[in-house]
Amino acid sequence: MELSLLSTLIWLPVFGGLAVLAVGDRRAALSRWVALGVSVVTFVASVPLFAGFDRTTAAMQFVERHPWIERFRIEYYLGVDGISMPLILLTTFVTVLVVIAGWKVIRERPSQYFAAFLVMEGLMNGVFASLDAMLFYVFWEAMLIPMFIIIGVWGGPRRIYATLKFFLYTFLGSVLMLVALIYLYMGSGSYAIQDFYTFPLGMREQVLIFIAFLTAFAVKVPMWPVHTWLPDAHVEAPTGGSVILAAIMLKMGGYGFVRFSLPITPDASMSLDWLVLVLSLIAVVYIGFVALVQSDMKKLIAYSSIAHMGFVTLGFFLGFSILRRTGGLEGAGMGLEGGMVQMISHGLVSGALFLCVGVLYDRLHSRDIAAYGGVANTMPRFAALMVFFAMANAGLPGTSGFVGEFLVILASFRANPWFAFLAATTLVLGAAYTLWMVKRVVFGEVANDGVAGLTDIDAREGLVLGVLAVAVLVLGVWPAPLLEVMGPTIENLLDLMVRSKL
Amino acid sequence: MSAVNPVFQTPDFAPASAEIVVLAMACVILVADLFIPDRRRWITYGLCMATLALAAAATAFWVPGGTILTFSDTFVSDPLSRLLKLFTYAVVATVFLYSREYLRARDLFKGEYYLLAIFATLGIMVMISAHSMLSLYLGLELMSLSLYAMVAFSRDDPVAAESAMKYFVLGAIASGCFLFGTSMLYGVTGSLDLGEIARAVTVMDELNIHLLFALSFILVGVAFKFGAVPFHMWIPDVYHGAPTPVTLFIGSAAKVASFAMLLRVIVEGLGAVQESWSGMLVVLSVLSMGLGNVVAIAQTNLKRMLAYSTISHVGFILMGVLTGSRAGVESALFYTLAYVIMATAAFGMILLLSRQGFEADELEDFRGLSRRSPWFAGIMLVTMFSMAGVPPFLGFWAKLAVLWAAVDAGMTWLAVTGVIFSVIGAFYYLRVIKLMYFDEPETAGDIVAGAEFRLLLSLNGLLILVLGIFPQGLIALCNQAIAF
Repeated sequence: MELSLLSTLIWLPVFGGLAVLAVGDRRAALSRWVALGVSVVTFVASVPLFAGFDRTTAAMQFVERHPWIERFRIEYYLGVDGISMPLILLTTFVTVLVVIAGWKVIRERPSQYFAAFLVMEGLMNGVFASLDAMLFYVFWEAMLIPMFIIIGVWGGPRRIYATLKFFLYTFLGSVLMLVALIYLYMGSGSYAIQDFYTFPLGMREQVLIFIAFLTAFAVKVPMWPVHTWLPDAHVEAPTGGSVILAAIMLKMGGYGFVRFSLPITPDASMSLDWLVLVLSLIAVVYIGFVALVQSDMKKLIAYSSIAHMGFVTLGFFLGFSILRRTGGLEGAGMGLEGGMVQMISHGLVSGALFLCVGVLYDRLHSRDIAAYGGVANTMPRFAALMVFFAMANAGLPGTSGFVGEFLVILASFRANPWFAFLAATTLVLGAAYTLWMVKRVVFGEVANDGVAGLTDIDAREGLVLGVLAVAVLVLGVWPAPLLEVMGPTIENLLDLMVRSKL
Repeated sequence: MSAVNPVFQTPDFAPASAEIVVLAMACVILVADLFIPDRRRWITYGLCMATLALAAAATAFWVPGGTILTFSDTFVSDPLSRLLKLFTYAVVATVFLYSREYLRARDLFKGEYYLLAIFATLGIMVMISAHSMLSLYLGLELMSLSLYAMVAFSRDDPVAAESAMKYFVLGAIASGCFLFGTSMLYGVTGSLDLGEIARAVTVMDELNIHLLFALSFILVGVAFKFGAVPFHMWIPDVYHGAPTPVTLFIGSAAKVASFAMLLRVIVEGLGAVQESWSGMLVVLSVLSMGLGNVVAIAQTNLKRMLAYSTISHVGFILMGVLTGSRAGVESALFYTLAYVIMATAAFGMILLLSRQGFEADELEDFRGLSRRSPWFAGIMLVTMFSMAGVPPFLGFWAKLAVLWAAVDAGMTWLAVTGVIFSVIGAFYYLRVIKLMYFDEPETAGDIVAGAEFRLLLSLNGLLILVLGIFPQGLIALCNQAIAF
């Protein structure tokens, strides 16, 4: 049997993680190197996914299909298209950085820490690569286990509350999706997601299935008002956990919308799009204000994540109002593309910001904005990078944050100028809360002895943040390769979105 | 009604060879145990293990295939009975092995425990193969009486004695209900033979009040043995009060018997009035899932928590059965087997951590286990996540199968109720994991268990994981075992 790429990307990190676990804490240095090796090899292995990707088709690529549980007709069915492929690359890329970032910081049970991240990497790749709904669900749920452990073991003081809340919220969302998937299976006779796209569904069923999906994905994104687990989880999680949560896990909610909700229940999405739009706009505006008043850096970035993810869901669901208003779909693709670019970009930027907070936290053990001030005086290189990421978070042109936001705002103009007006407030609010935080932390006089004694980032930290900065910049200046990869898939998705299933 | 045949025909013994082996061996051990001094008690243990091995050989090789009725149609041997029996032997053997060191440390390593368990196993086997209300009742009483004695087995322990009394009194009432229902059923159908009953019920008016009364009383008996709400009162007290090896037996092997009873009487015998019992089982199922999951949250004792968790799992098993469909019964069978495997591992963990003069049955006793023994903390983690129904573990597929059956039968609302209760249930399983992984150990006690115990428990835990990734085999077995 030839070595199949997607299976490698799933199982190499999982077994690599188990190997790290087997090495154990007594040989901590060795376990670190093994973890780094596995994550780098996985990343390198994922590059052919991008290089060998056929940019002209919306069909699934790198497909693997084997029967798994024949009684329930569940298959081991993998494949990627223009939506999932970039997310897999993001996962393998960020995991390498997380391993490096945790190199010296994690003193307690390091081998278990690295093992958990590697196993989770494999499971997350599995989520994005699954084309069988039940396989998807298995990865989707299994992923909670390492995250539960990561927050619970290496988290902050209120970690147990946070991790239980995280697990139960997401679990509640997903079990409803499970029932919906079983229901879809009864109708289509298979768990293959693409078979769900084609078979007809009545409006009542569609609405119920849509709501089940919405609960699952809204919790994951997270959308207002089920977002409350996120600030807790982020604040309590160790830096690596926050990075993975923000960079990848939140993207799964968005991915779920485009993979499941829009194509499987197009009519329900069309009639209930106002719900998602309203929730998204609340996330953008209201959560933006909430972020403004935070005194904890991690909490601030967490709320900023919610606001940014509101942009993503806004972009995904704009198409229907554009269709209603203009009668055509021109601009709807822009919304979807904008949402997708925003997901990738937010993955990089929020991950970087959490790493920045991690750098400060490792030195002064405080996440309080008030505990800092004038960091630029003692850590000039770090300050430059942090300011850069803050700019990207605020959507400065030239950074990746700008591309996604701009596309979504353009699309929302076509849908309804009021949407555009509300969405654009994020440019103001985003700039306000991010830059104000940077001002208080980085600039000004040296606030206290702690800050005065800070040492600038070392090579390891510089490497991690520098690589991320390059990625953010490249994506911001030249997003064409990414858009090119997504193009056909998004066309196809638009087609599925507007094709009635009634 | 079959006419009485005046000529005595020698029954076909081969289908019942396993029962005959177990009975003969039990009698031999009973006598032999008298002459074995205490320090050689391992001989009794070995003989009991040999009995199970012989019974397994008998079931696997001597019992002919297909569906055979024998002993004037009171005894049936079909694929289902063979699967359940082989599974029971494996579970009982595991229970014996897990229990040995615990019993020895408490001066309870006596022949009686093993003998009673062998007799209870015989009762379970008879129940599994029952094809008449009478043989079913005989098996039920043989099992129950042995279990009552086993619960009270730790003679000087007042808690155990109290729970044995509760178990006995309530169990007697339930048996009475069952017997009363049987007599009414006999009055209505004129037969005790399950095949005859099934045929008679088919032609009967669905609203025959006597039949419905009979059904209700029989269902009360079955629900009691199963521990479905509102007939669950004995479960927490007995699970908590009984010595852990006995709890292990009641929580694993006896569950197989309850399931067999439900299947034989309700699904096979009274299948024609499915609409009637389906509604009753819906109530039992929802109440069990609700009460079991909610009350388990309040427990601080792990045995009690697992007792309530059992109740909630019974709710799921009933959800599969109540659909009355082939897929439903198959899924309930799968769920039962999966649950027994998980319960064996969970109680096995309690036994593993127990030492001389120390019961590890409080939740607090698991505090910081991941420091003391990462491997067994991992086993417990797998078991707990599996019970909560999180993939990729066995418990998830069991839940999926049952939910599928419920959705297939048009009861999507019941499936939704089930999953929501399972989210509530996830909390207390997670709490065990929280104690093991996130808290610091208080007691520094080492695990003193022997190598074979460790090995078997590890295999038990790995089985949950392996069957979670490759569940096809077990699912196919269940599929083949359901004949109709």
